[in-house]
Amino acid sequence: MEEISYGSARRKRLITNTVVYVALSILAIIWVFPIIWVVLTSFRAEKGSYVSTFLPQSYTFDNYVKLFTDTTILNFPKMFGNTLFIAICSCILSTFYVLAVSYCLSRLRFKMRKPYMNMAMVLGLFPGFMSMVAVYFILKALGLSEGGLIRLALILCYSGGAGLSFQIAKGFFDTIPVAIDEAALIDGCTRWQIFWKISLPLSKPMVVYTILTAFIGPWVDFIFAKVICRANADYYTVAIGLWRMLEKEYIDSWYTCFAAGAVIISIPIAALFMFLQRYYVDGMSGAVKG
Amino acid sequence: MGFLSKKVNEFPTPYTVKAAVTNGGYETKLSMLIMGFGNMMHKQAAKGLVFLAVEVAYIIFMIASGGHCLAMLPSLGTKEQEEVWNETLQIYEYTQGDNSVLILLYGVATVMVTILMVLSWVCAVKSAYKAECFDKEGKHILTFKEDLKTLLHENIQKLLMTPSLIFIFGLTVLPLIFMICMAFTNYSKIDNHLVLFDWVGLDNFTALFDSNSILGSTFWSVLLWTLIWAFFATFSNYIFGMILAIVINRKETKGKSFWRFCFVLSCAVPSFVSLLIMRTMLQPDGAVNVLLRQLGWIAADSSLPFFTDSLWAKVTVIVINIWVGVPYTLLQLTGVLQNIPADIYEAAKIDGANSVQIFFKITLPYMLFVTTPYLIATFTGNVNNFNIIYLLSGGDPVIDLSSTAGSTDLLVTWLYKLTIDKQYYNIGAVIGILTFIILAIGALVTYRNSKSYKDEEAF
Repeated sequence: MEEISYGSARRKRLITNTVVYVALSILAIIWVFPIIWVVLTSFRAEKGSYVSTFLPQSYTFDNYVKLFTDTTILNFPKMFGNTLFIAICSCILSTFYVLAVSYCLSRLRFKMRKPYMNMAMVLGLFPGFMSMVAVYFILKALGLSEGGLIRLALILCYSGGAGLSFQIAKGFFDTIPVAIDEAALIDGCTRWQIFWKISLPLSKPMVVYTILTAFIGPWVDFIFAKVICRANADYYTVAIGLWRMLEKEYIDSWYTCFAAGAVIISIPIAALFMFLQRYYVDGMSGAVKG
Repeated sequence: MGFLSKKVNEFPTPYTVKAAVTNGGYETKLSMLIMGFGNMMHKQAAKGLVFLAVEVAYIIFMIASGGHCLAMLPSLGTKEQEEVWNETLQIYEYTQGDNSVLILLYGVATVMVTILMVLSWVCAVKSAYKAECFDKEGKHILTFKEDLKTLLHENIQKLLMTPSLIFIFGLTVLPLIFMICMAFTNYSKIDNHLVLFDWVGLDNFTALFDSNSILGSTFWSVLLWTLIWAFFATFSNYIFGMILAIVINRKETKGKSFWRFCFVLSCAVPSFVSLLIMRTMLQPDGAVNVLLRQLGWIAADSSLPFFTDSLWAKVTVIVINIWVGVPYTLLQLTGVLQNIPADIYEAAKIDGANSVQIFFKITLPYMLFVTTPYLIATFTGNVNNFNIIYLLSGGDPVIDLSSTAGSTDLLVTWLYKLTIDKQYYNIGAVIGILTFIILAIGALVTYRNSKSYKDEEAF
């Protein structure tokens, strides 16, 4: 009797496991499929956006070569350089803002603390680009909307609001024991030294996470760059470039190059993401305390 | 949410403006007119000079341009640009007319500068009074150098927060106030008010709420779809992500990290890239239709109307949102799931609970408790989810050609179309404000009723 029930339990478990694995495989294919498709497209030799076959007929490396050498219509290398420059600068600025603000909110108690946090929450409820038109007018009034200063304008835009997204970093700082700070204070450290020499080194994962998310921002933003660059094609970022490749006049000759460009900017971001995954989970579960 | 709870001053100080007015000496009272005077009288010459410099700079600014900007604010300019025939040069010359946008922008900026000035005035008076009191009591008065040093210790928040506050006010708050002001003007392409416009009060709001007009009916349908979208987008992601996380986290499932990798791979691709890819794949002649034709599931010349039929388009964007969002949900919920203490489960098993009971009595309540703030943030994010709609369907299909919105347009994408494409800036601003109000009410109600708000001090 016992033998049979043991056997049926095992069979039952076998069935559930099979169902689970089949379901997971189907879902995994759905999730991976578009990515494989874009990688295949980036190596496709036939031009044009709409083809009658699903898989490419022949493979080539030309799309990547064209992307970096054909600079007459869409200057991808230049866009790449622009984005890299903007990303590095805004990354430095916004990392400082985020870390400084979240350290203060986590460790210090001062009068403006609660008002500041409330303000951040209220501002977060407004549609992000509602103010975008106004930002453009402001930058124009400051003379930043023409020529090389567009880069500066974009840097300001990407880093300007960074101080409002302190939640994850603050959650991380909250987990560092206050006793460490107190011990340092008794030993005669100033708050600045505690911030610079104790808190920051202790929260390396958080610092890395902040730096990388700030770095990725300009690569994946598309709306802000479009509103601020307008017709100044010299200062386009990669995101606008890729978008333009899919416009009606370019899509036929540039479609496979779009796929190549997408792969190229996805690789570093994918690498960063794999590396960050751990911190991402940590940061999130640290920020909301159970 | 301090404005709803009773206000308690946690940081009392004897050096307030009120005390300075009643108890301050002549030098303190004089520093209400000449900022920094009190400090200069009490061994803080450098600090006093800084205050004085601020005051002088403000006065110069007001005389040079600020006063003019403020004076123009009520009328927003009246002079139109005109053509004048120049007899000597035999050409038409254009007179410099008023530009209402700039007048409004400079006006708002001047108001902000003035508020800043008032704050520094308060600072100056307090500081003068403090110096006076310290001098009387014979306490040590900080020199300028020592004052700067406190920025590294007692007042470090001033050093660390000021730079980012400046940017936040310049690039977030100022533009927002500017846009909110626009909602009360007739700044729009209608009747050609793009250069010169006026205050119109609440006219734009009444126009939008008037359900007989085309604008009003569009608003209600867009609002309805936005709420439906946000609801389905948030909860489909949440439920699906939770099921996936639980299934992958099961003890019996082998290769956990492999499965997780498969799903997470898709969020490594920037979302705008994957959205553009999706869009091209789902076109009438895109990859999906080609694949279906090759498999023989649909006729060789037909295609599924992913973005051309209203209902299809709505379902498509929600389904694709699941594809885009679930990996993130999976990542976050996995972290939360692993944090649930194992002894709770063991205790439940010993007490004879089955897995359904465990899920509804332990896992779900715990998850809801921890992730309520996350759910609210996701809902807010979805109401404001510009990228997915703009890049996927662009708001299409447009059913009613006379309206400005398509059937998948959210409030935000409609706002974009109205401001950038149509240049109806005022209506766009009104929609922005209404979106904010809807979100604020929703967030306040759910936030304050959630357990995590009541128990958590930090938020």
